[in-house]
Amino acid sequence: MAHATTLTMPAPTSEAALARALRSFALLRESWVGMTGAGIILFWVAVALLAHWIAPFGPNATLVPWQKPLAAFAGNSVVPPGRFWLGTDHLGRDILSRIIWGSRTVLTYAPLATLCAYTVGSIMGLAAGYLRGWVDDVLSRIADIILSFPVLVLYVIIIATFGASPLNIIFAITFASGPGIMRIVRGLTLDLRSREYVAAAETRGDSPWRIMLVEILPNARGPVIVDACLRLGYVTITIGVLGFLGLGLPPPNPDWGGMINEARSMALAFPHMTLFPCIAISSLILGFNLLADGLREISLRD
Amino acid sequence: MLILISKRLGLMALTMVVVSMLVFLLLEVNIQGVATKVLGPYSTLDQREIWLKANGYFDPLYQRYVRWLGHFAVGDLGQSVRFKAPVAAILGPRLRNTAILGLGVFVVLIPVSLTLGILAGMREGSKLDRVISVSSIITTSVPEFASSVFLAAIFVFGLHWLPGTSTMTEGFTLRELILPILVLVLYDFGYVARMTRASMAEVMTTHYVRTAVLKGLPYRQVILKHALRNALIAPFTVIMLQVSWLLSGVIVVESFFAYRGFGALLLEASLNQDIFVIEACAMTAVFVAVSTQTLADIGYTYLNPRIRFR
Amino acid sequence: MNAGARTMPLPFDESAPVLEIKDLNVSYSTRAGEIPAVIDFSLTVQKGESVGLVGESGCGKSTVALAIMQHMGRNGAIKSGSIRFKGVELTKLRQEELRQLRGSKISMIYQEPFAALNPSLTLGRQLMEVPIVHEGVGASEARARAIRVLGDVRLPDPERVMAAYPHQISGGQQQRVVIAMALLSNPALLLLDEPTTALDVTVEAGITKLIANISEQYGTSQIYISHNLGLIREVCDRVFVMYSGEVVEEGTIQSLFTRPKHPYTHGLFGCIPLPSADKNAAPLKPIRGQLPLPHERPRGCNFGPRCDFFQAGRCDAADIPMTPITGDGATPDHRARCTRWSEIDFGATDARGHAKDPMAIGDTVLEVQRMRKYYEVMDRSLAAIISGKRVRYIKANESLDFDARRGETVAIVGESGCGKSTFAKVLIGLETATAGEVRHDGQNVAQTPVRGRSSTQISSLQMVFQNPFDTLNPSHSVGAQIARVIKKFGVETSKAKIRERVFALLDTVKLPREFYYRRPRQLSGGQKQRVGIARAFAGNPSMVIADEPVSSLDVSVAAAVTELLTDIQRRHQTTLLFISHDLSVVRYLADRIVVMYLGQIMERGTTQQVFSPPYHPYTEALLSAVPIADPQVVKREIVLEGNLPSVLNPPKGCPFTTRCPRKVGRICDDERPPVQMAAEGHAIACHIPLGVLREVEPVIAVRRTEARLTRPQRG
Repeated sequence: MAHATTLTMPAPTSEAALARALRSFALLRESWVGMTGAGIILFWVAVALLAHWIAPFGPNATLVPWQKPLAAFAGNSVVPPGRFWLGTDHLGRDILSRIIWGSRTVLTYAPLATLCAYTVGSIMGLAAGYLRGWVDDVLSRIADIILSFPVLVLYVIIIATFGASPLNIIFAITFASGPGIMRIVRGLTLDLRSREYVAAAETRGDSPWRIMLVEILPNARGPVIVDACLRLGYVTITIGVLGFLGLGLPPPNPDWGGMINEARSMALAFPHMTLFPCIAISSLILGFNLLADGLREISLRD
Repeated sequence: MLILISKRLGLMALTMVVVSMLVFLLLEVNIQGVATKVLGPYSTLDQREIWLKANGYFDPLYQRYVRWLGHFAVGDLGQSVRFKAPVAAILGPRLRNTAILGLGVFVVLIPVSLTLGILAGMREGSKLDRVISVSSIITTSVPEFASSVFLAAIFVFGLHWLPGTSTMTEGFTLRELILPILVLVLYDFGYVARMTRASMAEVMTTHYVRTAVLKGLPYRQVILKHALRNALIAPFTVIMLQVSWLLSGVIVVESFFAYRGFGALLLEASLNQDIFVIEACAMTAVFVAVSTQTLADIGYTYLNPRIRFR
Repeated sequence: MNAGARTMPLPFDESAPVLEIKDLNVSYSTRAGEIPAVIDFSLTVQKGESVGLVGESGCGKSTVALAIMQHMGRNGAIKSGSIRFKGVELTKLRQEELRQLRGSKISMIYQEPFAALNPSLTLGRQLMEVPIVHEGVGASEARARAIRVLGDVRLPDPERVMAAYPHQISGGQQQRVVIAMALLSNPALLLLDEPTTALDVTVEAGITKLIANISEQYGTSQIYISHNLGLIREVCDRVFVMYSGEVVEEGTIQSLFTRPKHPYTHGLFGCIPLPSADKNAAPLKPIRGQLPLPHERPRGCNFGPRCDFFQAGRCDAADIPMTPITGDGATPDHRARCTRWSEIDFGATDARGHAKDPMAIGDTVLEVQRMRKYYEVMDRSLAAIISGKRVRYIKANESLDFDARRGETVAIVGESGCGKSTFAKVLIGLETATAGEVRHDGQNVAQTPVRGRSSTQISSLQMVFQNPFDTLNPSHSVGAQIARVIKKFGVETSKAKIRERVFALLDTVKLPREFYYRRPRQLSGGQKQRVGIARAFAGNPSMVIADEPVSSLDVSVAAAVTELLTDIQRRHQTTLLFISHDLSVVRYLADRIVVMYLGQIMERGTTQQVFSPPYHPYTEALLSAVPIADPQVVKREIVLEGNLPSVLNPPKGCPFTTRCPRKVGRICDDERPPVQMAAEGHAIACHIPLGVLREVEPVIAVRRTEARLTRPQRG
């Protein structure tokens, strides 16, 4: 009865989704670029999670007027003695601690904002690409109009009008990034909807939303994941830039961009106050970009 | 072709109108807010009422919009609260300064990124390609404010070669432009180079390039006559769209180096709630962005024979 | 590249064979290690000779061509062996010397003509480059030559073609331009890698004829690579059959095609539906098993595991050399890579499968009456805006009339653009008809899209799709996708029962049960198509539409899938609507045939009626265009000239009038042809009177009573 010989590949019984996910992480090993990126990101995630234990001081503890990097402090009645590995800023706050605490801010808001943007953008993109017709026309027009604003100009205007708060920043990022994501997902959907398995689903009468979410979306995950990584990088930049321009989270939140902004005027005399936060934020963005490039390399090889 | 151009221009006009409505709704709907921003937070309710009445703010919304749009069309952009001068008079020189900066950026950016991208794409997977790709990633990972800090640390504080600000107080000097241009080019060349590389790499794997090789054409002819012609279509569009990116980037760079350009103006206005300046800047920015997008669209159609000759 | 350096002219030996390949071994280095693609390959081509290289996908034939051109890409390398062109060893040449050879002495043509042309350069520039670079002629001389060669390849209006861009001419014309480009410098050797695969059948016939004449006209030797034995027969003098990287049999057309000696070659012939074949009397006999993966070739004979005559100890002991075939009328250079060829008597075993009883045909289940489907197109040109006629129509289906009965196989035949896919879409509900009726099981579904149909309606009408690589969702397992159908149509409800049913379906399509858990990317093309069939039959449909289900598959795999389809149909008593452009498969499978051209039905009737006179002129041309692999079959040659009319502007009268070789006159342009009934159920839409059409000679005639050596007749 067995007509076809089996291919000589391991044939496990039902595979759990988790096992499959773990296998794709193992794939990452094939790209050293991706590995480096993942490493950097994991480093910062660890820093953020362990902030309580590894930061020498609290984020806003003002101590002494200022210290150069590697200075030591004898201590007083209020504050125990300690070392300032990276020096202090103009208000006497330890820069190392602020950077550690600042990683929490970035690693909370960047993924959150990206997730919001992705949810909104993907739904719009799927609908526009699959349903076409007037839905596509309207959504594409809206996207075009939002995208016709130079990005930072849009942020500046929104934040300047509505004020800077965490919610506003997330909203601004969703508003500004959503259309770009919509375009990408729409492009992918347009390509995928002409596949025969979509036609097969249509011929058995599946509902449009089921087709979009079950048939089309899972097959778009390759480019979407790569783009998501890149976008995390962009959003991190945005949060940094907004902080730098004075439109970010209000002080005393230890926001890396804000740290640079506050220290800007003193950069001539005390470069360390701006240098270290710059290195921190650049490394995180680098991590995202490297990971994205590694993932893209791997998906192309498949 | 002519029809395409007129359609695109029409679309552009439509976009500008919708954007103007958005800007208007965003900034001018709350009339109390407008009055407060113009007259200052310490003005009294009565003072604001008088000012609002005098400037026609109690008229119906659509009337105000049409009047506002009309002012824009004519060039009457209102009065800047902060500078106490007509906005149009301030905007002009600032735009010119940013244009100079932009020109400098493009003069450096285009040859560098196209060359690197083409070389990387031609030899995909080679060492040169990896080097170019990885350095592109690294430079695009350093945001403009960070690279401004780094470059300033090296060239201004460390080597004392370049001035740290670009206020052009002694008239126009090229020396003061170098750092801002360098920061912008450094950040953007990576992106354009990678787009060019992707386009070139894709073209190199096509069958028509293979045909050209199998026809026995010299390699140089294959690249210059066959490959580049198709590979440069996408980068052209990308470069045109960088103008829009530039308008964003200058906000940071001009503010950091104190260069009196458009970006710095927008930032200052936003931080100081100088409402009419914000409006003018927003409309200008969108106009420039939409114009370049339209040009890019038309250019792409022109360059692609499949669309041009139906 | 040192373009300025003068290289010595190569020492060609005009008395040597044009091409001599000896013991060539080509390997690709991949992540999984080094994989041999071509093993111990030897071939000789004399001046003016036309040699065919035939095999299925993965046999290495394209690699051979690229190895000759020394252009195997970054991963390919020639491990050993020699390739001599007129005595000069190609593997030892420098890049610059190779460059001088390419395009001038050895030219190559491959599959998709549009991809081979630069979309941004005019055709004239691309053509003129060849003589300018290779012979240093001036532009005007190059131009004159290009126009001359364009005339040689029978392109009308060469001047216009010179100024055009590739996308402005049709696929067949593009391939002619590519051939012209290859011939411009009078090459001694022409390599053709599946040059007609991407083209329509009638266009293909024209190009094939052109290629067959090239040797005579230009004195060029050819290596013609194809998977289609019929095409090889029409073009070549000698043929090499490849399997899994090796040549398994070689010989002249006459010798090898009449008496193939290697079991694989013989098996291949058994997979091809021949003109007088009939699915019940002489079913196809697919080759069992699968092509071995390149890194897992068996010891000894590569074909061993799949061979009916395999003998352990003999066939898997060591590598098998090519042995000459003697006796039985074989020509001297007929050789086969088989140790048992002299013992095997193909006639004794069942070369064709066991004959079957014909299926019982029931009542009418499908009635199509005057069905029309027009697509609206907004015309954005200036002329349209001025004239006010902004909306134009693509008349995809025009007045379709036919019916189908239970258990019957009705074939819809036509080339691209004839509207057969559109009809399938209307039937299945992906589109709605503009006018007319389509009655399925009594209910008119012409205007009902899928979303508006009841579950019973949907489940009773399902579809098998064309492209096996697209037909399954890569993100879900095979079992889940079949189970989805079962669940949706409520055939079973409990999880356990659904699973049981999926297993049962997998058994029916002869796939192992463990495929339930596999992802589509772990399956081969043929296996995926089987899953597609299982999915279509999962809901117990009463009618299945198969849209070119085997066109993308290899010959032996296609045979297996075709047999499977007929088996299942027989078991479930399903009506099968088989859409295809391949008349041989249709002849084999169908009970009744509908021939479409540009949205209209040209002829319909039983298979017997359609394949014998009276023919509609289009049917006649279509029949003549089908390449036939049997040397005993004689075919009348009809080549269509002229262009396919634009879909937006079809002729007012008969759509075939622009290309019809039997065109009567103005009446064909102006008036719709009347539908004439040649017999009960046999309709022909033509102006030519039936009496004249009946007098026409049959297109296909079999020379002897037994067309092939081994054909068990029934009774």
